[in-house]
Amino acid sequence: METSRHWRLRQQRYALVGEVCPSCEQRIFPPRDLCPDCGEEARELYQFSGRGEVYSFTTVYQAPAGFEQEAPYPMAMVRLEEGPLVTAQLTDLGDRAVQIGMPVEMVTRKLRADGERGMLVYGYKFRPLLNGKS
Amino acid sequence: MASPIPEGIYIVGVGMTPVGEHWETSLRHLALEAIQTARAEAGGLRPQLLYVANMLAPALSGQSHLGTLVADFAGLRGAEAMTVEAAGASGGAALRQAYLALRSGEAETALVVGVEKVTDKGSSEVESALATAKDADYEAVHGLTDTAQAALWMRRYLHEHGAPADALAGFSLTAHRNAVTNPHAMYRRAIELEDYRKAGMVSEPLNLYDAAPLADGAAAVLLVRGDRLPPGLPHPPTRIAGSAMSTAALALHDQVDPLWMPAAAESAGRALQQAGLQPEDVQLFELHDRFSVHAALSLEAAGFAARGRGWELAHNGTIALQGRLPVTTFGGSKARGDAGGATGLYQVAEAVVQLQGRAGENQVPGARVALVQCLGGAGGTAATHLLVQELEAA
Repeated sequence: METSRHWRLRQQRYALVGEVCPSCEQRIFPPRDLCPDCGEEARELYQFSGRGEVYSFTTVYQAPAGFEQEAPYPMAMVRLEEGPLVTAQLTDLGDRAVQIGMPVEMVTRKLRADGERGMLVYGYKFRPLLNGKS
Repeated sequence: MASPIPEGIYIVGVGMTPVGEHWETSLRHLALEAIQTARAEAGGLRPQLLYVANMLAPALSGQSHLGTLVADFAGLRGAEAMTVEAAGASGGAALRQAYLALRSGEAETALVVGVEKVTDKGSSEVESALATAKDADYEAVHGLTDTAQAALWMRRYLHEHGAPADALAGFSLTAHRNAVTNPHAMYRRAIELEDYRKAGMVSEPLNLYDAAPLADGAAAVLLVRGDRLPPGLPHPPTRIAGSAMSTAALALHDQVDPLWMPAAAESAGRALQQAGLQPEDVQLFELHDRFSVHAALSLEAAGFAARGRGWELAHNGTIALQGRLPVTTFGGSKARGDAGGATGLYQVAEAVVQLQGRAGENQVPGARVALVQCLGGAGGTAATHLLVQELEAA
């Protein structure tokens, strides 16, 4: 059921908390304690805004185990406005066609059920930015 | 006439099963088949070391401890054996370990066998197993599959480089054309550009012809140090003149530039440098083509094309069998078939067959220098080898 594993990642999954490097000021997501840019220790927490734009997108039809009920679902790589790139599903698209560069914002949604009778796993997805405001 | 270099590492035997849905053949039987063929080419030589390349057996066969499983089953108890896993680069990584071991002087002979058995489980379980090669906490947890990741990658590639929608078609066309004359290939029908343009989408913009079929198979390569080559070998041994590996970020989204593969570039550069050669000396390139976008990026990383122009080599005949830089000469992953962690060894075995002049209708004329590269994940791992044929038949 991996309760402890998901619990460890709750700040990242629900709140997009990463790190900022004290040496080079790189914003880091996900947090990794060593700056991937300059290699220095980076443990200072940083709260991302949740805003970004679509870097690339596709649709998943052939889903892995645990995601079959959700298929087909839209998948994207999103460039957060502070710099890092993340992978996440898109949501609340309605009839909107996705485009590279489309502004999006982070929301917390159910990712999947962890096993048949297991806990639900929640995490970040991204939805189109409505009217330019979040 | 050239003589063997005493400290050189030579390939004295290769063996491959066809890649396919081998309902009647188990994981251990597939490995044995490839091993027996490779050993027979070298007069039954018994290796001291055994490296097994595999990425999915624990998940799909409930089987770990493959080094000993294979040693035991193949009549090689007593060999020093272990599994080498580096996702899709497992085959090349295993060869690298064997090369390093023989170069150390601690052993004289090594057998490297890649084996994968994927058809005993259904597609959703296979997708989950494949997902373990990604970042579990930040890619797989979101329901990302290999195909979806390649689709994201491909869309960005076409977008950033202003390439047409059918830019990557040439890789599939070339692979399929070469497989027509490969009796061991999984798919042996040539396809045309119209087939590619009309193909059904798998995960847009990636279509049916942009993705290699994943199936069962095994490929084995037998190595001997130059000062211990057995006499009377039927085929003049091929030397590993360059061997290198490198790593980049695990997740595609963590690459400094997702459209540049630093591990592929670094390992190719070092392999060429070790051999004292340049990209223009390479006469064939068995590149990683599990997805068509891999092939384009691999050509760019190795220095055969400028950034964003790798796809053009697939449109202008450069990569055709008769072209300046043939790739996937027996069909590659796309048409010969992809056998997961074993693919890296299929590439090596096929390159050896080319360099030893045994390639029949698929022969690249006069080929003496081959570059071979396999990748793990989205270029997170790259294992590159440079093979040269200096020795000739007596």
